[in-house]
Amino acid sequence: MLSVSNLEKSFHLHQQNNAHIPVLSGAQFDVAAGECVALTGPSGCGKSSLMRMIYGNYRADSGSIRISGTDVVTATPREVMALRRGTIGYVSQFLRVLPRVPTLRVVAEPYILAGGNEAEAEEIARELLLRLRIPETLWQLSPLTFSGGEQQRVNIVRGFVHPYPVLLLDEPTASLDSANRDSVLDLIVEAKQRGAAVIGIFHDALVRDAVADREIDVSLFGGN
Amino acid sequence: MTDILRVNGLSKSYGNQIGCADVCFDVYPGEVLGIVGESGSGKTTLLRCLAGHLEADGGSVEFVLRDGVRRDTLTMDEAERRQLGRTDWAFVHQNPRDGLRMAISAGGNIGERLMAIGDRHYGNIRATATSWLERVEIDPARIDDRPSTFSGGMQQRLQIARNLVTAPRLVFMDEPTGGLDVSVQARLLDLLRGLVAELGIAVIIVTHDLAVVRMLADRMMVMRRGKVVESGLADQVLDDPSHEYTQLLVSSALQV
Repeated sequence: MLSVSNLEKSFHLHQQNNAHIPVLSGAQFDVAAGECVALTGPSGCGKSSLMRMIYGNYRADSGSIRISGTDVVTATPREVMALRRGTIGYVSQFLRVLPRVPTLRVVAEPYILAGGNEAEAEEIARELLLRLRIPETLWQLSPLTFSGGEQQRVNIVRGFVHPYPVLLLDEPTASLDSANRDSVLDLIVEAKQRGAAVIGIFHDALVRDAVADREIDVSLFGGN
Repeated sequence: MTDILRVNGLSKSYGNQIGCADVCFDVYPGEVLGIVGESGSGKTTLLRCLAGHLEADGGSVEFVLRDGVRRDTLTMDEAERRQLGRTDWAFVHQNPRDGLRMAISAGGNIGERLMAIGDRHYGNIRATATSWLERVEIDPARIDDRPSTFSGGMQQRLQIARNLVTAPRLVFMDEPTGGLDVSVQARLLDLLRGLVAELGIAVIIVTHDLAVVRMLADRMMVMRRGKVVESGLADQVLDDPSHEYTQLLVSSALQV
């Protein structure tokens, strides 16, 4: 489903004494459909950067990231946009949305962007909001007014509202209580069962053991 | 899907001062392209050359007409270009006073664009104007008031209604949220995003506000001294800028 090969990345910071910071070098792995792979390694070893490169949010210097026929590394912006609409779901650590837009619309949007109809989008969004215990009284409010944990759950709903074949999860359970954590674990297991390739960063070993089939130690791809 | 606008080698100088130089890009229907840069970077010059408000020195600006014919708008005659400006194109100015007629009513401002493309039925025009006031969240009861009695944010929303009522296919925007309160900005961005998605229009938006680009644009170009120094997916350019100047811009911004 997803194949990373010889991936290289470094940051060149012109404004900070021309610092050259190697991030990854020779990163290489595959993820099959229905498989969940956990990215591991100490903070700062490049787990989130690697995930952002797969999403096309960070550029790679060289190598390839193949997802259903497209190489994200060399893809045009429009090809990446198309992948994001229908193929890659990404749950980042922080919710970034327009102020003032009601939660229900925020979470239904990815489904509509993927080509789904509005009524269906809303139905699925409602169901997921309930599963993740976002009270219905909040649905017409902007999620930017919510607590950290609620915002994270809104972000998770956005990532699961469309059945993306590839899912990138950056610490999806970091600020959740155990009931919500279990609900997220169920969602991940269901996604695997329908054949999604899941790549996650899970600091919580319990979560990792519950969903990951395999671990990839990103520090082995250290840039140095 | 193919492009609606293709720009090649567009250049404009003021004497020996570069306005913009060798700018190339294309835009597809339903896409929002953000152009950022500091004052004097050439972004407004570029926008005005594209829209035909300024005469370019060289290059081409190919626009695909409704019948599928591709035309270089730089070599069109003035009458044709004006017609395009009334139908397929719209231009939203930074200062709503530049894009509105302050001496006629809000309804008249919207109706005027409809009449310019041949609508003559008063009842229809008024009904359309009313529905557009609602869409841009202006109380329809204000339809007969002059825009001079509106707040800045209302004037900007009225300007957008006036521009979008004729269903243009390409909209140029010059700092549309520039002089507005932050609370009004968010509202306007939400409105714009909704309209772009709903109507499938292509938008070229010039701004110095990186947060506006993040929220609205799919792709972006960074200009400096008249040249495009970096371009790509908006979030990629903002989160992983590679050009020295883009890094400076992004690192200087207050949280985007």
